[in-house]
Amino acid sequence: MHWLALIRPGDWLVILGAALLAGASVPVFWQGGMADRAIIRQEGKIFAEVDLRSKRQFEVAGPLGTTLIAVEAGRARIVSDPSPRQYCVRQGWLMRPGEIAICAPNRVSVQIAGRTKVYDSISY
Amino acid sequence: MTQSVTELSVTAEDRRVAWLATAAVALSLVDAAIPSPLPGVKPGLANIVTLVVLARYGWGTAVWVSGLRVLAGSLLLGYFLAPGFFLSLTGTTLSLLTLGLARHLPQRWFGPVSLSILAAFAHIGGQLLLARVWLIPHDGVFLLIPVFAGAALVFGTINGLIAAKLLAEPAPPETP
Repeated sequence: MHWLALIRPGDWLVILGAALLAGASVPVFWQGGMADRAIIRQEGKIFAEVDLRSKRQFEVAGPLGTTLIAVEAGRARIVSDPSPRQYCVRQGWLMRPGEIAICAPNRVSVQIAGRTKVYDSISY
Repeated sequence: MTQSVTELSVTAEDRRVAWLATAAVALSLVDAAIPSPLPGVKPGLANIVTLVVLARYGWGTAVWVSGLRVLAGSLLLGYFLAPGFFLSLTGTTLSLLTLGLARHLPQRWFGPVSLSILAAFAHIGGQLLLARVWLIPHDGVFLLIPVFAGAALVFGTINGLIAAKLLAEPAPPETP
C-alpha cells in the first residue's frame, strides 16, 4: 500500500488550502473563545464576576424580590425570578460568550463572557 | 390489433448506471449505520463511487449515479421528501457542479483526492446554506462550520485516497 503515492502535487495544495480554511473558520465562527466568566448585573451595575470553573449560587435582590442565579462549570442560568413572564428563567443554561439572560422587571441580568469581547451590535 | 406493450430498450449504459447506483446505495446504507456524534457529520462513502464513476465514465454518468443514490437511499432509509432528503439533494447537487468544474483541472497535478475534498466542501456548503435559509433560520447554524469543515477535510481526503486506489487498478470488465 503506497497511499502517499496516490496524492498528486496539487492535492497537497488542496489539502493545505482546506486545512487553512477549516482552521480559519474556528476564530471566525467561534469568536470570543470559550466561555470563562459570568457577569451578574444588578440595576445595570456589576454585582459579581464569577469564574465559570466554580459551582456557586447567587441571590440578587431587585425591586420585585430575589433572583436566584446558579453558576456551574462552563454555564450559568437564572434558577428563579419574581418577574411575571419568566423569560429569563425559561432561557435556561447560558454557555456561549455573549449570551445574556435579562430579568428586566427585577433589573437583574447574567451574561457569559469569554476572553475577547463579543459585540451584539456595532453602529457607525 | 395494435401493439400495446411499450418496449423499453435497456442499453449497456443503463445497466452500468444501475449497477453503480446500487453500489452507491449500499455504501449509503453503510454510512447511515455508522454512529455519528453530530447529524450531518458522515463519512460519505458513497462519494467514492461518484469519484470513480466521474473518472471512468464521465460527468453525465456520475450525475445519474448520484441522483439515483440520493433517491433510492432516501427511500430505503425512510427519509424521502423529509428535510434530510433536501439537505442531501442540495449537497449532492453542489458537489456535482463542483466536480463538473474541478475535473477540468490538470490531471497531472490534481487527482481524486483534490476532487474529493472540493466536493466535500461543496457538499457541506450547500447543506449549511439550505439549513440556514430553510430549516434553522438563525446564524447559530454557522457555529457548526468549523466542525463540518474539519469533517469535510478528513473524510474528503480519506474518500479521495480510496477512490485513487480503486482508480489505480485496471478497470473491471463490463458486467454482463
